[in-house]
Amino acid sequence: MLSDRLKAKFDSVIARYPLKRSAIVPLLLFAQDEIGYVSDEAVEEIARRVGVNPIEVIEDIGYYSMLHRQPVGKFHLQVCTNISCMLRGGEKIFEHCAKELGIEHKQTTPDGLFSLEEVECLGACCGAPAMQVNYDFYENVTPEKLDALLADLRKKDQGSRIKD
Amino acid sequence: MADYRNPMLGSPLEVKVLTRRFDLANSASIAVYVAHEGYQALKKAFGMKPDEVINEVKKSNLRGRGGAGFNAGMKWSFVPGQTTKPKYVVSNADESEPGTCKDRVLMEYDPHQLIEGIVIAGYAIQSHQGYIYIRGEYRYLMDILDRAIEEAYAQGYLGKNILGSGFDFDLATHTGAGAYECGEETALLNSLEGLRGYPRVKPPFPALIGLYGCPTIINNVETLSNVPHIISHGGDWYAKLGTPNNGGTRLFCLSGHIERPGIYELPMGFPLRQMIEDVGGGVWHGKKLKCVIPGGSSCPVLTADEIDVPMDFDSLARIGSMLGSGGVVILDEDTCMVKAAWRIMKFYAHESCGWCVPCREGTHWLKTLLERFHSDGGMPDDPDTALDVSYNILGKTLCPLGDAAAMPMISILKKFRHEFEEHLKLGSCPYEKRAVNVA
Repeated sequence: MLSDRLKAKFDSVIARYPLKRSAIVPLLLFAQDEIGYVSDEAVEEIARRVGVNPIEVIEDIGYYSMLHRQPVGKFHLQVCTNISCMLRGGEKIFEHCAKELGIEHKQTTPDGLFSLEEVECLGACCGAPAMQVNYDFYENVTPEKLDALLADLRKKDQGSRIKD
Repeated sequence: MADYRNPMLGSPLEVKVLTRRFDLANSASIAVYVAHEGYQALKKAFGMKPDEVINEVKKSNLRGRGGAGFNAGMKWSFVPGQTTKPKYVVSNADESEPGTCKDRVLMEYDPHQLIEGIVIAGYAIQSHQGYIYIRGEYRYLMDILDRAIEEAYAQGYLGKNILGSGFDFDLATHTGAGAYECGEETALLNSLEGLRGYPRVKPPFPALIGLYGCPTIINNVETLSNVPHIISHGGDWYAKLGTPNNGGTRLFCLSGHIERPGIYELPMGFPLRQMIEDVGGGVWHGKKLKCVIPGGSSCPVLTADEIDVPMDFDSLARIGSMLGSGGVVILDEDTCMVKAAWRIMKFYAHESCGWCVPCREGTHWLKTLLERFHSDGGMPDDPDTALDVSYNILGKTLCPLGDAAAMPMISILKKFRHEFEEHLKLGSCPYEKRAVNVA
């Protein structure tokens, strides 16, 4: 079930445009932010609200690289290896993630905590090598800082479980 | 905000126009903006005729900061004055050209500067609706801009009858979701209409038939952020900051093998050598320079012998490259140019939207050929094949993404051909070998 908060957000976003279908991509991303991926229910709901066939929504999903049809990790690590990051060790950061987590590009750890993706330029070239965890930027990353970050994220996860 | 370093290191050589408020506490708030000349240009613009605003921008020689370098005032003047259709202003905040991270700080530290620029642009072309198209990865900036837009509405700088002028203007943010191609203006428009971001055939240009088939101007964030300063201080003042035909300052992003990577605001025409040596502190670890990508990965590369050039659109064009988006990437003497070319082609192959066959197939084959060449040594005729593929992309696609792949590829093949020969001779990468020996 989509939350009431998300549905209200859908309404306010759709109202921004003279043509409802303009809202498709933002709605998909906002739905994914809440659910963790773009579910069938989200596709149906968005299609209904903007007045298109669900297949048109699915066509969009296939085009935009940030949209996922399957759940990714609770912490989605996106490591840039594009030119500015490559020159300052971005590939090593990616390999370090892969080794520490035992997963490859576009894979998720069995506990669902981490997923890893090699991404293109994040717009953090002056802080290379850079990565994003979900939407948070981390810049001038080193293997040591990465180890500390992973430990921190694991701790954060445990903390949130205790709260639950 | 995660582990974030302010990339505005500063240099005494900077000329701060766009970044002048960046050091103030809460620079993103409307209170600070208004206290420091904010929204004064808008007031002034309302006292001018729309055509006068366009002429002032034309006179300033403000050229598109997204990379194309087209005169912004000229672009605005193509929008028809008399039309029954609504008109639109779109700010392109889909910053994703590798090496470029300037729009990000402009939106983070001074969102109202952008908003004011958009409203003035709207007034100039008599549009009543604007959108800021932000790449999905910049989610935190969308939150900053949404907040700023809300503040601007609350204080009467957006909405109905702005500042009692009788002029109405609405503004909203719009998010992409990961697609470099959507930075191209017609692909951006399709994306904004809820479609896949495929490019459109030009002409007709968006100034006549753009968003929803209506007259539209699309300008980069940095371009629009300049507008309030041009209106406040005059087009002549702005033009004089730069070199002839290249008005103003520019946010240059120094990245790669440089001592002090960062974003620096320098006058147009600032010498590249001085930018690297004095502003950026030189090549890192005291190494020698091998190559410079002067304006994002789409630009033909420069060798160490070619850096005595003023950084403006015309000077770079004269030596066969481009000023592009301001992303200056420094490559030191130990960089393998075959590998650098491969990584750049891997990017374009990933980001090609697949609409035009020469780009879709060409970028894929360049990536594949270079990957094999770099790892397994490759075939003697590979460099010529790569050149042939590149020339079969160049100029044969609807949008510039194909050219953006072909141009750096051709320049690397021509200027660093000897590195390809070395790979062939050794059967492996000479630079990786060197790195292993040193270790």
